[in-house]
Amino acid sequence: MPEGLQILIENFFDWESALRAWPLLVQGLALTAALAATALPLGLLLGLLIGLGCALGGRLARVALIVWIDLFRAFPVLVLLILIYYGLPFLGLSLPAFAAAVLALVLNNSGYYGEIFRAGLASVPHGQREAAAALGLTPLRAAWLVVLPQALRAVAAPLASNSLELVKATSVAALAALPELLRSARVAQEQTYNPTPLMMAALLYFVLLWPFAHLVARLERRMLAREAR
Amino acid sequence: MSGFAEHYLNLEVLAQYGPGILGGLWVTIGVAATTVVLGIGFGLLLAVLVAARIRLLRWPILAWIETFRTLPQLAVIIFVYFGLPYAGLTISPFWATAGALGAVLSAFAAEIFRSAIQALPSGQWDAAAALGLRFRTTFFLVILPQAVRLAIPLLTNRAIAIIKGTALGTAVSLPEILGRAQSAMAIAANPSPLTLAAALYLVLFLPLVIASRWLEASRVVPR
Repeated sequence: MPEGLQILIENFFDWESALRAWPLLVQGLALTAALAATALPLGLLLGLLIGLGCALGGRLARVALIVWIDLFRAFPVLVLLILIYYGLPFLGLSLPAFAAAVLALVLNNSGYYGEIFRAGLASVPHGQREAAAALGLTPLRAAWLVVLPQALRAVAAPLASNSLELVKATSVAALAALPELLRSARVAQEQTYNPTPLMMAALLYFVLLWPFAHLVARLERRMLAREAR
Repeated sequence: MSGFAEHYLNLEVLAQYGPGILGGLWVTIGVAATTVVLGIGFGLLLAVLVAARIRLLRWPILAWIETFRTLPQLAVIIFVYFGLPYAGLTISPFWATAGALGAVLSAFAAEIFRSAIQALPSGQWDAAAALGLRFRTTFFLVILPQAVRLAIPLLTNRAIAIIKGTALGTAVSLPEILGRAQSAMAIAANPSPLTLAAALYLVLFLPLVIASRWLEASRVVPR
């Protein structure tokens, strides 16, 4: 075997380090999944409420919500996390790392999801609402039964793409001392003096997320094809 | 309220550490600019190579796109900085962050350009052929300019989202805004440096977010 390849295998695919790191990585993966499973629905819900608020609220509400959206889209999620986890305790508000990470992810994504839902709802022609009103639907029922389904179809691609980004962003919690997958891999690397655990974490992320990345790419291609016509 | 101001807007602390944190602004801007140039330049190159149907390059390019589109940014940065030295490649925090983010952006950019090229109606190719244009002329003068225009809104949003990742450089001790603010906070035992950092990020990224909103509004509404 060429020497370079041997060094590569010994360092990045070392079987013994892999066996030692495995339990730690499984624990980390469980925490990553828990983070995503908590933050994703909450972020979606808050974003949907913001989008509906923009569509149904008055002018003042709309301006306030757009300011909210843009503020949270402008902050890197790590900056939010550091503010919440290391900054808030000075106010006497100490959140556990898990709650701080969920809060940072939800606030950050409320901006992204809010903008997606807002744009989607705005893209449905006004005549749809008028027709629903003419049929005797209340504004809320019209929004839920007529406008929202059409809006969702229009924004399927960004919605899927943002959800994938949210799951990927859970890795940022590593920097608030939360032992999710990435941090567990770093800890394992320091125990084994070998970057194999990092390689394993990368492979785990890839194997688990790639189907979704593929789906997102397909949805984005469809959206572009619609726009090019 | 005075307690709040003392903690979060402590002028003494800000006077002492403010200049250092402001210095981090230039590092953040430097990493962000390098990321955009590397990412979009390399992404465009990859998309052109895919369109040219060079068989030998097809799978390596696809693997690159799929890998860096799928992995979390922080995982790539950590891998480059803490993993690659074992392969004999030691990289500075600046290049580890800009290189990792650039690789991620290049994957997204390549995919967006590729989709945009495919999305153009085939009539564009037919019309160019009818005019007697060669493949290369058609691709670079007819297809690519339209594809780039189609790609711009998606690309802008993606580029902004990725350069916000410069803050992740703090994990590999890049002395950018957030990293400097965090160490100042630890030394001063006061979070005012964080307030300043947050304000700087807003100054940096809010105009970009608003610009992307304007760009989005000017594009065709999906039917």
